[in-house]
Amino acid sequence: MRLSAEERRMLRGDGGRAVKEALELQLEVGKFFGAKRFVPVSNVHMMGDIEVMGEAGKSFLERAAGLGAKCVRNTTTNARCVDFDYVAKLGQDPAEAEKERELIACLRSMNVVTADTCINYQTLYQPHKGEHVAWGDTGTVIYANSVFGARSNFESGPAALAAALTGRVPEYGFHLDAHRKGTFQVVLKAGLDDLADWGAVGKIVGESHQDYFAVPVFTGIRRRPAADELKHLGASLASHGSMGMFHMVGVTPEAPTLKAAFGGNRPKEVVTISRRDVERVYGGYSARGNPLDLVVFSGPQQSLFEMRTLAKLLEGRKLKPGSHLFVTTSNGVKSAARNLGYLSAIEGSGAVVLEGVCFYILQNIARIRAQNGWSNLVTNSAKLANIIGAHKFNTILRPTRECVEIAVSGKDPRAGARAA
Amino acid sequence: MSRSRAPALRVQRAYGPTVEGEALVSVEGFSPRYDLDRWSGLISRPGHALEGHNIRDKILITPSAKGGIAAGWAFYDIKHKGIAPKAFVFGVTNPVMVQGAVFAGITITEGWSRKPYGAIRTGDIVRVDTRRKRIDVIKKA
Repeated sequence: MRLSAEERRMLRGDGGRAVKEALELQLEVGKFFGAKRFVPVSNVHMMGDIEVMGEAGKSFLERAAGLGAKCVRNTTTNARCVDFDYVAKLGQDPAEAEKERELIACLRSMNVVTADTCINYQTLYQPHKGEHVAWGDTGTVIYANSVFGARSNFESGPAALAAALTGRVPEYGFHLDAHRKGTFQVVLKAGLDDLADWGAVGKIVGESHQDYFAVPVFTGIRRRPAADELKHLGASLASHGSMGMFHMVGVTPEAPTLKAAFGGNRPKEVVTISRRDVERVYGGYSARGNPLDLVVFSGPQQSLFEMRTLAKLLEGRKLKPGSHLFVTTSNGVKSAARNLGYLSAIEGSGAVVLEGVCFYILQNIARIRAQNGWSNLVTNSAKLANIIGAHKFNTILRPTRECVEIAVSGKDPRAGARAA
Repeated sequence: MSRSRAPALRVQRAYGPTVEGEALVSVEGFSPRYDLDRWSGLISRPGHALEGHNIRDKILITPSAKGGIAAGWAFYDIKHKGIAPKAFVFGVTNPVMVQGAVFAGITITEGWSRKPYGAIRTGDIVRVDTRRKRIDVIKKA
């Protein structure tokens, strides 16, 4: 890789050992992908919680902080694994929660803004077209690339921190024009009404094209989708397909036309998605004869508008005795929802609203599942339905309204008597 | 085995030291977040092609990377818990897997010259030669 004078000084150690090690990591990754140079980034979003990094990661960060590491770009944190108000109620490990507190303090000492949200693109920072950023989780990256026209690869926690310390990333992947062109076309012949419908499309497209460098181009859009709909589509594509970018002709900034979206590429394939295909996704999930007593709205965290929808659906109603409904959102959204009365409507039903976390990374989630005897997890998030399988949940994707009905009645309207 | 023989597999990109170990071959992609119990090293996702197998000290050969920013920390975590594989041999991967492997010091390769199924089977002892970008079967299972 060609290095600037400043980068050579960093590698010499002029910026301190933490910066030197950060650039060395970035250099190896850049070499792997054939990057020719570094590009500056303006914003960093990193995953850093005790559940995902463990003792080893915490020790690494504490060492970096001890070496005087400081972020040179605005750097925010992704959702974490503990809402401190719910540690005891959820049956989480107090010792791990204490480590999370130490970790937050450590990150703050390095100038990390511990905002703890996976919807930074809705609540904190909206990069402009062409702006280079270094973001993770995957849902934030695909939104940045696709909807904003900004440029980011998937940056894991250590890689994002490295970018925060050096102010740059190796130029490969979605930082380059060549990888931002569409590779195959998806013709939508289905009306998509619910957020879960958009996630179901993401599952169909992602599962069958698992490739970071595959860039689907959606056509046939019947109306301009809302931000939350694009959020669920993107999060699902990234989760099921490991994808980092999509185009939507007439909607996303680098796809004013089909021709522009492909940028000279010939579509490798044309996939058509009908309403029947979407319904088939829902039909692929079943309660397997076990109770439907857990409903979760999470992955990504809920926007204020999603909170309003849930408030409307839950107002004046009660969860079925023995059932649980969890909602996760950011501190800022929860605060606004409280002011607007949405929170009382949701919590009045018996639901629990957690802040700063995402359900699938909750500390101790596997044991929490076992202690509660949960088998099924019903959600409107195709990402969550995919991602939490490692904790042995049987997941069931359903449209938002049906999820709420299941929480209230314990019955799946699609399965009739079989599910309850 | 003679080095002059055709390799079982050539790879396009490689990082890390050359390693030898027992192959664990999957027809399904892999994520340390979705598929793995990160306390035991067992593939825990119900229905995964390798469900019940342990990745510890194996050469994990898998066609694709699935989702997951968490791999960056997860690889470092499993390395320090002593349950990491010796190498990841991906068909296609994503930057997170590479960042995670480099951070943890685990050998990783990407890009297959052909599908390895048949030429390499679970239980075979293989060598991942990162300098020559080739995978050789040292001993059949």
